[in-house]
Amino acid sequence: MRNRSTILFCTLSALVVLLFAADIAVGSVNIPLRDIWATLTGGECDAVTAKIIIDIRLIKAFVAILAGAALSVSGLQMQTLFRNPLAGPYVLGVSSGASLGVALFILGAPLLGFTASPLLTTLGTAGAAWLGAAAILALVASVSRRIKDIMVILILGMMIGSAVSAIVQILQYLSNEEALKSFIVWTMGSLGDVTSSQLLLVAPAIIAGLIIAISVIKPMNMLLLGESYARTMGLNIPRTRALILLSTTLLAGTVTAFCGPIGFIGLAIPHVARILFRNADHRILLPAAAMAGAISLLVCDIFSKLLALPVNTITALLGIPIVIWVVIKNKNIV
Amino acid sequence: MIQFENIKLGYGSRTLIANLSAKICAGELTALVGRNGTGKSTLLRAIAGLGDIVDGKIIIDGKDITSLTAPEMATRVAFVTTDKVRITNLRCRDVVALGRAPYTNWIGRMQQSDTRIVEESLASVGMSEYADKTMDKMSDGECQRIMIARALAQQTPIILLDEPTAFLDLPNRYELCSLLKKLAHEERKCILFSTHELDIATTLCDSIALIAPPQLYVMPTSEMIQSGHIERMFSGDNGSAKIIENLLRRTK
Repeated sequence: MRNRSTILFCTLSALVVLLFAADIAVGSVNIPLRDIWATLTGGECDAVTAKIIIDIRLIKAFVAILAGAALSVSGLQMQTLFRNPLAGPYVLGVSSGASLGVALFILGAPLLGFTASPLLTTLGTAGAAWLGAAAILALVASVSRRIKDIMVILILGMMIGSAVSAIVQILQYLSNEEALKSFIVWTMGSLGDVTSSQLLLVAPAIIAGLIIAISVIKPMNMLLLGESYARTMGLNIPRTRALILLSTTLLAGTVTAFCGPIGFIGLAIPHVARILFRNADHRILLPAAAMAGAISLLVCDIFSKLLALPVNTITALLGIPIVIWVVIKNKNIV
Repeated sequence: MIQFENIKLGYGSRTLIANLSAKICAGELTALVGRNGTGKSTLLRAIAGLGDIVDGKIIIDGKDITSLTAPEMATRVAFVTTDKVRITNLRCRDVVALGRAPYTNWIGRMQQSDTRIVEESLASVGMSEYADKTMDKMSDGECQRIMIARALAQQTPIILLDEPTAFLDLPNRYELCSLLKKLAHEERKCILFSTHELDIATTLCDSIALIAPPQLYVMPTSEMIQSGHIERMFSGDNGSAKIIENLLRRTK
């Protein structure tokens, strides 16, 4: 059992490095590997190539790793917290919440006559997404305390999603062309929209979320047995719940703010980690989910570049078969 | 030992137990019996710190449980709930190891002593050979034993069980309760479990706690049988009187 995990972790690490390199190598402009290597190691090459490699591809690959790990870990946390294999940032409406926040900011602020500098726009988008994600999470969590039924929570998440899109449509209808365009571009989701200065906000936020996630590994293991057991084993439930929700907000909220709503990674990848490692221990699952998430988003990004399609569509096409498999396998779930 | 001081128990406007003082002793197996809806689970959850009592005090180790934090409670009271725990990929040994949570560090690292206690707990419920199996492929009786092993690994002087015999067949029920009795006697634990099996309560348990709203009577088993409380509480108009009478005559 231990051997299996070691081998798997080595394989996953190797894949992350390999795909990271592949993601840098692939793009709309064909750049020879020699030039890429020269740029990264500080060798000689022309300025345009260097700009493409460093400012676009390198950052994009970093964002893919961070966003993949973040979405996958937030999905794992929600599946454990809600004791629901179908929970995830997208399904539970967290991404919708973030979208609503961003829509209110991008579309709503101009309606009220505010115009902001680029820096304020960045901070405002992130802040709005965090607030939106946190608000929806708090709502879903408070309802799930009273209602234990999995279906109710999922339906609630769907309804929140529908309500949000209705509100967003109203905002779109009322908005001017310019604001509308920047919002539509945001909803298409792209890993490439993150600039190097934004990365300075994205990376710390996601790393903070991951650190909090690591700090609640033992509580999450205890929560596997349900809240009553966790509490009688000495777990401070409100504190744990708050930490998990904070972590999820930082992880899923940040990714949604800067890359747009990316579906299915958070829902499907934790299951891939479970299947691979045949383990329920979060000490194994959390790093496994993070690495598998990074790998899957790197793969999706490579595909999206090769096929010139939005990354959202690729994550959906890759994620849906896994989700269907989980649903069929869990059809007897209470 | 669990002591109740003037406790009042209920939910909403409904009072289940009023103004009760009693104690459940260490080194004994005590059955908690009562009709449906008389508050057996509510009482157990209150002792475990999972629910509130309306009034009064529950005292464990001489301390009011409201003054104890969750980690402090975890080293005093272990609880086996009615929740069915069936987690894919979670092996029995890992479930029992979770019982060590109050004693391990922030990431749950198991020391040698912890591992030994887990193995001993599995052995004392006779489930050593199931250690590497996962619970989603086991019977209800086997799972129940694993959850009891988890409670044992928590090394608490008090163990509470909510209807541990509910899904078990007759031989399994007797076996389980004999196991609980052995643990109570040999390890001087205070074990309180709720049940609807009057035959088990009257034949195997050291004491019986009977909820007859708004009263809770706690007596040694023989005294409880003589007292007539059981007949009064459980005899309906529909023939159950006859069954109870037969049951009690045999045990008397």
